[in-house]
This record gives sequence, C-alpha cells and structure tokens, in this order.
Amino acid sequence: MPSYVIPDKCDGCKALDKTACQYICPNDLMVLDKQTMKAYNQDPAMCWECYSCVKICPNQAIEVRGYADFVPMGASVTAMRSSEDIMWTLQFRDKTIKPKRFKFPHRRGVQEGKAAPFTHYPTGDADLKSPTLMGEPASLNTERGKIKIDKVLTL
Amino acid sequence: MTQFETVTIDTDLLICGGGMAACGAAVEASYWAKQHGLKVTLVDKAAMDRSGAVAMGLSAINQYVDLNSGNNTLKDYCDYVRNDLMGITREDLVANIARHVDSTVHLFEKWGLPIWKDKDGNYVHEGRWQLMINGESYKVIVAEAAKNALAEAGGQYFERVFITHPLVEDGRCVGAIGFSVRENKVYVFRAKATLVAMGGAVHVFKPRSTGEGFGRSWYPPFNSGASAFFTIYGGAEMTCQEVRFIPVRFKDAYGPVGAWFLLFKAMATNAQGGNYMKENAAELDKWQPYGKVKPAPANIRNWLMMLDVMEGKSPIYMQTAAAIKQIADAIPDEKDANKKLKELEAEAWEDFLDMTISQAILWAATNTEPEKKPSEIMACDPYFIGSHSGASGAWLSGPEDLQTAQTKSEYFWGYAHMTTVSGMFAAGDASGASSHKFSSGSHAEGRIAAKAAIAYIKDHPEAPKVDPAKVQALQAEILKPLETFTTHKGATTDPDINPNYIRPKQFMYRLQKIMDEYAGGVSSQFKTSDKLLERGMELLAFLKEDQAHLAAETLHELMRCWENVHRMYQADAHMRSILFREETRWPGYYFRSDKPSMDNENWLAFCNCKYNPETGEWQMIKRPVKYITQ
Repeated sequence: MPSYVIPDKCDGCKALDKTACQYICPNDLMVLDKQTMKAYNQDPAMCWECYSCVKICPNQAIEVRGYADFVPMGASVTAMRSSEDIMWTLQFRDKTIKPKRFKFPHRRGVQEGKAAPFTHYPTGDADLKSPTLMGEPASLNTERGKIKIDKVLTL
Repeated sequence: MTQFETVTIDTDLLICGGGMAACGAAVEASYWAKQHGLKVTLVDKAAMDRSGAVAMGLSAINQYVDLNSGNNTLKDYCDYVRNDLMGITREDLVANIARHVDSTVHLFEKWGLPIWKDKDGNYVHEGRWQLMINGESYKVIVAEAAKNALAEAGGQYFERVFITHPLVEDGRCVGAIGFSVRENKVYVFRAKATLVAMGGAVHVFKPRSTGEGFGRSWYPPFNSGASAFFTIYGGAEMTCQEVRFIPVRFKDAYGPVGAWFLLFKAMATNAQGGNYMKENAAELDKWQPYGKVKPAPANIRNWLMMLDVMEGKSPIYMQTAAAIKQIADAIPDEKDANKKLKELEAEAWEDFLDMTISQAILWAATNTEPEKKPSEIMACDPYFIGSHSGASGAWLSGPEDLQTAQTKSEYFWGYAHMTTVSGMFAAGDASGASSHKFSSGSHAEGRIAAKAAIAYIKDHPEAPKVDPAKVQALQAEILKPLETFTTHKGATTDPDINPNYIRPKQFMYRLQKIMDEYAGGVSSQFKTSDKLLERGMELLAFLKEDQAHLAAETLHELMRCWENVHRMYQADAHMRSILFREETRWPGYYFRSDKPSMDNENWLAFCNCKYNPETGEWQMIKRPVKYITQ
C-alpha cells in the first residue's frame, strides 16, 4: 500500500508525545486512527515510498509493499536505522537468489542533535553588504587544496 | 461552520519552506540576525527533518565546484550551465551560487554528513562537479543545523503550517498567510522581509503511472507549486516558465542513473544494442552551437533517445552488466577483481537505497541483478524546478559585484536574489534562470538570499503594514472549501459525486489531463503547438472558474485544494510562456511542431511573465540574455 502498518506491532506511539509516522511523513499521509490506536496511510497513491515513516517507527511496525500497478509481488526491502548507520535487507521475488544485506553509515563525527551551525570557521568581515557569507572565506578552503582563497571570488 | 483561531506572528524575516534552500537560509539568517538583534521565523508544511526534495536522502552532492583545488574556475561552471540550458541562463546568479557552494559542502561535512574519501583523503568525485556521499540522513543533518541556528538566535519554526498566499501591500511583501494542517488555526505572519523556498512543482502533468504508483514521481509529489504561486500571485516577474525538466531515469521507479553513467561509465542503448548518442549524432547539427558541446546538454541527450523511442527502437537499456564487467576486467588479479565487484555491487544498490528505494524494490521484484542483465531507462514526466537542468522560477536581482556595465541595468536592483517585489526573496527551486544548483547550491542560494534579506531589513526597519480587512477576506477564501463541503454534502448519497462541488483529487486529474494532451505531456510524446496550447488554455480557463467550487472535508484535503490551485497557476504560466517563445529550443523537454527549430536571432532571450492578481491579466516580457564571461 506503499507504506503499510502491521497491526500487531503498532501501539499508536502511546508512550510518546506524538505519533512518529504522522509527525514525519512529508506528504501528510500517515494518520492515527483514534478508535483502534493504529496508524495507516490515508492515500497510498500519493506515497513517494520515501521510507521516512519506516525509519522513524519505534516499533518497526511499518513496511513498504511496492506499488501494485507496476511492481511484481513477492520482493521486500526493509530498513533498520540506528543513530549512525542504516542496515538494509533485500529479498528478491525469486527466493533462489540470495537475499542481500548492506550496512551504510549515515552520520559520522557529530553526535545526533549536536551539529554546531556557526562556530566551525571564522567569518572574514561583519559587513552586511559584502558578499562574504558566514564562515567565509576560510570555509571555501580545504587543507588539501592547492589554492588558498582569501576572499569571495568574482568572475 | 467550525471556528478557526487566527494566530498572528510578527517577525523580521519569514522563511517559507523547510527544504535545502530554507535550511540554508535559516542558518545564515540566524547568524546575522543574532548580531543585529533581529528575529527569524521559518514555516514548513511538513517536518523539517524530512521535508523537501531531499526527504529520502541523496547518494551524491551534485554541485561542488572545487575552486580550492585549482582544477575549476567560476567561468568553467558558467560555461557548463549556459551550454546545458541552450544559452538561456543568468551567469551572475549561477556564478554567485558557484562561488559559495563549496563553503556549504564543507559545512555539511562539519555537521556530520559522510562524504566519500579516497585513500589519500580526497573527496571521491562521481563526475567533474559531483561528490559521492552516504546521504541517507543528508536532510536530517542539514535540518538539525538549521534548527540549532534558529534556537541559538532566538528564532522560531513552525511545522505542519501550510502557506497558501503572500501578503503584499503597496508593492512590498509584508508576510504570508496559511493554516495549520493539524488544528483549526489560520496563521498570519507579518514580516519585514519574506524568503520563498517552498520547492518546485510536480503533478502539474500526468505521470506515467496509472494506479497506486501515481506518487512515484522522480521529484516528490509534495513539491506542489507553492513557490511558483507565491511569487506569481504576489506580482513578481517570473522567468523561464516554459522550461520544464524531464530527467531520464530507470523506468517506472525513476532510480538515479548518474552513478551508472558517470561513475561506472555505462552505455545506454536501444533494443538492438545501438548507441543512440552515436547513431543519431547527425541531429546535433540542428541544435548548434549547443548540440556538440561536451557534455551534451541534458535535453539533447533526451532528444536523441526519444528519436529512437519514436522510431520504435524501444526498450532503451542501461547496459549495467557490460559496465561492471569492463571495470572488473581491467583488474588483472582475480581476487582483486572479485573484491572490486563486491564493492561495485554495494555502491550500485546504495545509490538507490539512499535516494530512490522504490527502484531497489523494483529490481528485487523483477529479479534484477545489475551485474547480470541490463535495465530499462525512460524519460520521466515534466517537472518544474529551478535547479538541475530545469530553470523555472522568479526573476531575481543578481549580486552587484558580479555585474558588468552591460548587465547592471538589467540584472541588478538592490539586493541579491530579491524578486521584483520589494522584500520578497527567493532561493532553490523558487528562483529562476540559475540552473544546476541541486541540493548543495540550493542551500548556498538560501544563505545568499538570507544575508541579503537581513541587509534589506536593516535598510527598511519600519513595521510591515498589513491590512486587517484584506487578511480577513483571504482567510474566508482560504477556508471556503470546508464550508462548501459542509453546505452541500447532504445533497447526494456519495460525497465524491456531487454537482455542487469538485474535490481536489479530481481537480488535479483535470489539470493533468489538460497539460498532458495540450501542453506536451507524456502521452503526446512531449509535442505541442500554438493551436494545441490555445485550446488547452481555453480548457484551463474553465478549471480556473471551478476553483470557486473546490470542496474539502478535512484540513488535509484543504491543503490538497490549495496545492492544486498552486499547480494550476504554474500550468498557466507554462502554457503562456511556451506560446510566447516562437521556437523550439529544448527539443528533449518540449517540441513545438509549428516552430520546429531553434531561432537564435530572435529568441536567444528570456521569456518572462508577470501576473496581475487584481485584474487576472498576464503580461509577457522579452528580456535580453547578457553574458558576463564572454
């Protein structure tokens, strides 16, 4: 349905201050049925299959079934996202093909929530009318670059 | 009728949107606002962590100019963009983004984004301008920095508030109005400057899918034309509204092809194995001087492929297996070759899993192992974006220091990346004629526009004048679809079929059918003509009248109503602009069969347009293309 909710696993995020999937869906598709306290996708044909709901669900209660109008049945792609890595498991329609599992990093060197916006580079001037953005010109350079850029370039 | 609370927020700068450009704007504006004691407010229709076109993640950063390496110059980037857009580009805007984008990318890395490095510690390039990343959380990381910046500067952000209209008084933008999609509240933002960064427009044209896969557009379906409407309805001059972007992607799920073409050096062929880029090369003469530049413009590559499709030489295949074999064969040691194959396989799958998971599902469901067999590619449906090889958006002032004596009078009016409406700035997909900014350049452009907006606020410190009577009238108009539904729902036994109203989904289907059949959509093989456009515009006029009968049962559906009104204005601007430009310039995007060739003598020019919300009239404006690098 592109994203679908497994009823036995969904607890309606009762213990949280908001329903995680409803909070995150970029297209406002996931809703909580207040009667059953289970979430569902209210308009599957508007689903981008972005997996934002799958990744955020604290109970792994959400999966994705490929669009029924062009995807043959029987395959699955599941995601398990931790604070720094994501693990993917792919099952093919043909079960004689060995399932694939990949683990990729998604964040490195900065703890979740700690991205410091202003302090990584000094800002060259305080003139609001100059082309110098926050952290420039220092941030235009890397340690390995051959050229040292000491002011914002012009053509 | 349900009562709505009106919440009024006063701010210095209002940022509309929560994607890459808006997050860049939030960081930069907060930095300068903190020093000058100003307030920044951001409003997003979704949740910032996963809003905008990068919601799912990305497997590459597509704009990194790498100026610091000495390998590329700003002029190199301008040359690349100008040629790709067949000469129609604002070099001052392109260069402005290009000279700041590396700084933005370096910040991403400091914020925790993993960028691939080789064994010597250099970034791994996918192509000349592209870097490979582990980008599943790209947007989460960028949003985190934006939220932290707002918090440090005493700013505020609102999620799940959908902006419907601009507030404009005496030619100056004084804020925006919208509603919460969670509770019965209308939000009025009064601002000294407003920065528009609400993305591009998808689902203006009918997609290829017919059923559940309707939402699987290449660009996200939640990019619904809010930027275009905001700037058009605010009276801003618009540019390149005829330029739609049609990417070629893996068929049906629209997975990325960049890594296959650039990193794995794969070839695309027709069903007979013929390389259409070679076999149809004679066609390139017709599109000179752009046809033969390297790399070939995106729309020209599309066109050579479409020629094969029209000749019945489909399916078109990406030769994935041959590409992988070629890479493995180049490694003499068998063990090393096997190791390399494993790496390539993981890279190929990650490319999808980071940004188009549906493509991984489709490959798994069709038992596709890319090292064993090729995969079909196809042109998607048309999208409106200011980035990539698209160009549609608002007409902006460039920066003063990049103008020449010849360009300054045309391209500069006070503040970088400000529209022709005082106090209304634009960035990312909202800004036109500055293509190839992608995710990183959109963030950089958000930063540029935000700093200029802060300078504008310092120069214009007076409180914005908002007419309460106008706000009240707008509020009634915005909520009307709810009232329409309540009033008439009892007239039939089925709420979907009612002669008194139209629900937003059917309204969208009507728009898409008009655009598909008259304005050169998928089913017309991207072909149109003056007569087709004129007829399409007649049908669009009926749709415009029926806007008054839109009905919504819930706040979610009310958002859908306004999203589709936004799309309709984008469609209107598009048809008028195609009609105005009496030539075919981007054959792989659209082909005007009554004007089948490029006319550089008359049309190496911008086709701009301007809407008057008081009268409903459009003005078409031809503006000169003036280069800075030549």
